[in-house]
Amino acid sequence: MVSTLFAILFYLATLMLVVGLLYRINTYARTPAPLKIPTTPAPTTQTGVVLRMAREVVFFESLFKANLWIWSMGWLFHASLALELARHLRYFTEPVWGWVALIQPFGMYAGLTMLIGLLGLWVRRLFVERIRYISTPSDHLMLVLLIGIALSGLTMTFVTHADVVGVKNFFISWMGFSSASLPADIILYFHLFGVASLMAIFPISKLLHAPGVFFSPSRNQTDNPREKRHIAKWASDLEN
Amino acid sequence: MADVVAPPYRVIPIIPALIPGSMEGLKPFVANDKINTAIGFPGELVEDWHDKAIAKMGELLSKYRSLKVYMDACVHCGACSDKCHYFIGTQDPKNMPVARQDLMRSVYRRYFTLPGKLFPKLVGARDLTKEVLDEWYSYFHQCSECRRCSVFCPYGIDTAEVTMAAREILDSIGYGQKYSNEIIGKVHRIGNNLGLPGPALRDTLEGLEEDVKDATGVDVRFPMDVKGAEVLLITPSADFFAEPHIDSLIGYAKVFHATGTSWTLSSMASEAGNFGMFIGNYDQLRQIALRIREVALELGVKRIVVGECGHAWRVAYSFWNTLTGVGDGADETDRFAQMLQKQLDHRYKQPMHICEFTWDAIERGALQFDKSKNDKHIITFHDSCNVARGSRMGDFAGGQFEIPRNIIKTVANNFYEMAPETTCEQTFCCGGGGGLLTDDLIDLRVKGALPRMEVLQQVVDEHGVNFMATICAICKAQFTKVLPIYGFDRRLVGGVHQLVSNAIILGDK
Repeated sequence: MVSTLFAILFYLATLMLVVGLLYRINTYARTPAPLKIPTTPAPTTQTGVVLRMAREVVFFESLFKANLWIWSMGWLFHASLALELARHLRYFTEPVWGWVALIQPFGMYAGLTMLIGLLGLWVRRLFVERIRYISTPSDHLMLVLLIGIALSGLTMTFVTHADVVGVKNFFISWMGFSSASLPADIILYFHLFGVASLMAIFPISKLLHAPGVFFSPSRNQTDNPREKRHIAKWASDLEN
Repeated sequence: MADVVAPPYRVIPIIPALIPGSMEGLKPFVANDKINTAIGFPGELVEDWHDKAIAKMGELLSKYRSLKVYMDACVHCGACSDKCHYFIGTQDPKNMPVARQDLMRSVYRRYFTLPGKLFPKLVGARDLTKEVLDEWYSYFHQCSECRRCSVFCPYGIDTAEVTMAAREILDSIGYGQKYSNEIIGKVHRIGNNLGLPGPALRDTLEGLEEDVKDATGVDVRFPMDVKGAEVLLITPSADFFAEPHIDSLIGYAKVFHATGTSWTLSSMASEAGNFGMFIGNYDQLRQIALRIREVALELGVKRIVVGECGHAWRVAYSFWNTLTGVGDGADETDRFAQMLQKQLDHRYKQPMHICEFTWDAIERGALQFDKSKNDKHIITFHDSCNVARGSRMGDFAGGQFEIPRNIIKTVANNFYEMAPETTCEQTFCCGGGGGLLTDDLIDLRVKGALPRMEVLQQVVDEHGVNFMATICAICKAQFTKVLPIYGFDRRLVGGVHQLVSNAIILGDK
């Protein structure tokens, strides 16, 4: 019964994540950017833009310039999360890919660093006057959710040792649309429910910063307005 | 204005504590019926402003990717929260870039997102009430669209784009700002923001020719409306009569003279400034820019050069090609742009900044200087926000920082930089940009100048700096006004070409 409910939950969450994100990305891609507004100095070539975006996405370059506290905690959290996500691929693939097996030992500790990053960010949100001022309840809840996921995951890794073989069997089976039961484990339920919630709210929350950054005109435009005429459809219609 | 006092310098420039509501209710004069209708906006706040405003917001969200992405992407990380000069000067939390954006984002969430429709309190969503609208009017006129916040945002969110959208919405419901809208009316009606008619302009230019002749003994010309001239100079109208702006105009003329360039001003397009950008209205932005295209076609010029004006250079460099075709690289089938681009000489950048023109001449060895003529000046350079973060000069990223400095170092001996975290891409706005250069906002302007004044004070104390060069008409006017309030001489600010003018050696061409 619980297993079926979780299976349905994950089907729905995946559907919402994928459809929601595709819809959002499609909207961003189709909305025109009528004017050249890169924040300068900006790269003058397409290659330069790719490098700028890469520095932004991988190293959080602008954030580094802005504030070392947010940068260090934010980067620690995101890098750890990326490692955790990669490590978790082992629960969805059989046989486990070589590089996934390779990062397993590091991935296990990434949960800890992820938690440190999240707590660092939350402390800032709670105790720095300016940041508290701009925080909405959802900003705090988002951190609570992520901290909950990290804590429950760490508990299963280091304390209660969840039946990961059973979990893997559950996901691989349902991914092939055949039923399987989930190990009865309250912490596991908590962990999975948190993850499914995160997936579901992704396309309707501030988590949209992830796809959004790639569409930000101030970052992804080439600085070449004199060399190449840039014109949106609705703007060129004004010329006729 | 006697009661306007400068805020004290921060002893250690730490992030100030919040003073909620300190700038609440600040409201620049609202445009009247006559001003609004002259440029096609409703005369006064319309009956159904709520629905109209939401509809306009929806329209802008579908026309501007920037607005759409910026409404969604913010995570309230706070990277921008201490970066705005108006926040630093006023300590009003709603002047933090993120909080300013949230004035609009809260409404966006309420009307355009699912969580905001279902759980407004949870995600900080608000109905668009009259109070919210008034708050928009107040705080979106406490942003100079300088883009400093966008440098630090991990997603590049540019509050200027949000401010522009907000002002566009306000204008569309008849709730626009007097200062900007009145000026836009003037540029259409008379040809420039100051409302100087053609004959007055011609008199001024003739007077300048006499002045320069008296001072140098050389016949430096200030031509106007000359058909077939090679260069059309588009410069802010303040250059024609305001101090210290006019000294830079003399500098441009001397450079053209010394390089033997045939050039002309235009009486019809006697304005580089384009307040259409400040109010975020594409149509106004375009109409104002189109005057330059018309004049360029009419006079048959080969090159278009732009004088010292920050936001004008952003519009010219970044937007003119889009708006008017002044530039290069239009499609073969793009008849509108090709018509002009075929006329222009593409051995040169189109448009070109006067600093690019002068620096190019210096590099070619076409100009000679007597640097000692500037020895009385101990100089620093204030990067103007729109030049620094919204444009470029030369062939490489960052040319907009190097070229003006190179010119200064070529024409003068004493140059000192201000603190690096306040120059180049991290420069602070003068406090008067973005349509705020009006006396009804003087209190805000003085407070917004604080971060610049603090670091200026440092170089004054350490190096005896007595001249802050800049290449923006708004910066010059703003500093002339606020410098005395901070205890400096108003003549401490001047143009780069003012220094060029002092030192240039004129032949007798």
